[in-house]
Amino acid sequence: MKKLPLAFYAGFLAVALLLAGVVSYAASSSPDGLDAVTQSGCQLDESGEPVGGRCIAQNAGEHATGGSPLADYTVGGSEGTTGIAGVIGVLVTLVLAGGLFWLLRRRSSTRDETPSRVE
Amino acid sequence: MEPQTDLVAMHMSDGIVNAPTSLIFGVVAVLGLAVCVARARRDLDDRTAPMAGLVAAFVFAVQMLNFPILPGVSGHLLGGALCAILVGPYVGAICVSIVLLLQALLFADGGLSALGTNITNMALIGTFVGYGVAVALRRFALRSRAGLVVTAFVAAWVNTVVASLGFVLEYAIGGQGLALGTVFGLMVGFHALIGIGEGIITALTVGAVAAVRPDLIYLTRSAAPSLQIKSQGVTS
Repeated sequence: MKKLPLAFYAGFLAVALLLAGVVSYAASSSPDGLDAVTQSGCQLDESGEPVGGRCIAQNAGEHATGGSPLADYTVGGSEGTTGIAGVIGVLVTLVLAGGLFWLLRRRSSTRDETPSRVE
Repeated sequence: MEPQTDLVAMHMSDGIVNAPTSLIFGVVAVLGLAVCVARARRDLDDRTAPMAGLVAAFVFAVQMLNFPILPGVSGHLLGGALCAILVGPYVGAICVSIVLLLQALLFADGGLSALGTNITNMALIGTFVGYGVAVALRRFALRSRAGLVVTAFVAAWVNTVVASLGFVLEYAIGGQGLALGTVFGLMVGFHALIGIGEGIITALTVGAVAAVRPDLIYLTRSAAPSLQIKSQGVTS
């Protein structure tokens, strides 16, 4: 185990942050394939709630974490904050997943430079 | 499309299938993930653990990027084949699961009671099916970077379509509102198209990693002890 590919890690993270923070504004706002299926057969109001007809989505409940400050990929529900919510999401995912995988990893007996720089 | 407030729900909500079905697939997800955690250790070391964290963060980012597939219908990356090829199926399934967990807890995307079905479909079925296809094509993937990129595309397309069949199964067990045949036809039809997008994103990502750090790609690394990795590095 030699030097960690820190430059590669940094580049990979930069791409993820760019996608979530900037490119996310260009994402399609149409329902995805699954939602299109569950809404099939219903008339929807402007907020996408089924108001008539018969469809699978009528069985859906309110979201239990709908009051979360980051609900629906916004910060506090404000318009135009998708990028900020996305950046927060990328960083939280990295810390949680990276931390878990770091704890789970096989420790190499050959000691290296300090691993703490990676996180 | 007019601006909507409810536009970024991407996964199954609570109540789409009934409670017993949610519970059954909750158990499936927990058991599946327990196996993954037990086996993931073998695939994680000082180099691959940070890589796996970054792959999870990358999947979170790309899942935000819905792309249009038909008028009024979009799709987004699921990420199973992508994760499996880069960090292996066990670590990869955990990556997708962490993304789904955070989306449900923080972003109100995907119901809490639907976590079991969402994890089963996208993290377990998607990742292991994608990996199975990639392994079947590994000989081809090892030959050149073009072979690897094509392998990534095919594995991602299959992972998307088969993951959508997971929903059809859950709906058949505990859903109501639409004829099962209609649900099957729409799900497979939409996801055959979404799978093209999934395939392109997966191929681009795997191709980019292969161009700069082929040693960080699980699929080709685990297939080939050090000697073959060197020869592959020369050809690609």
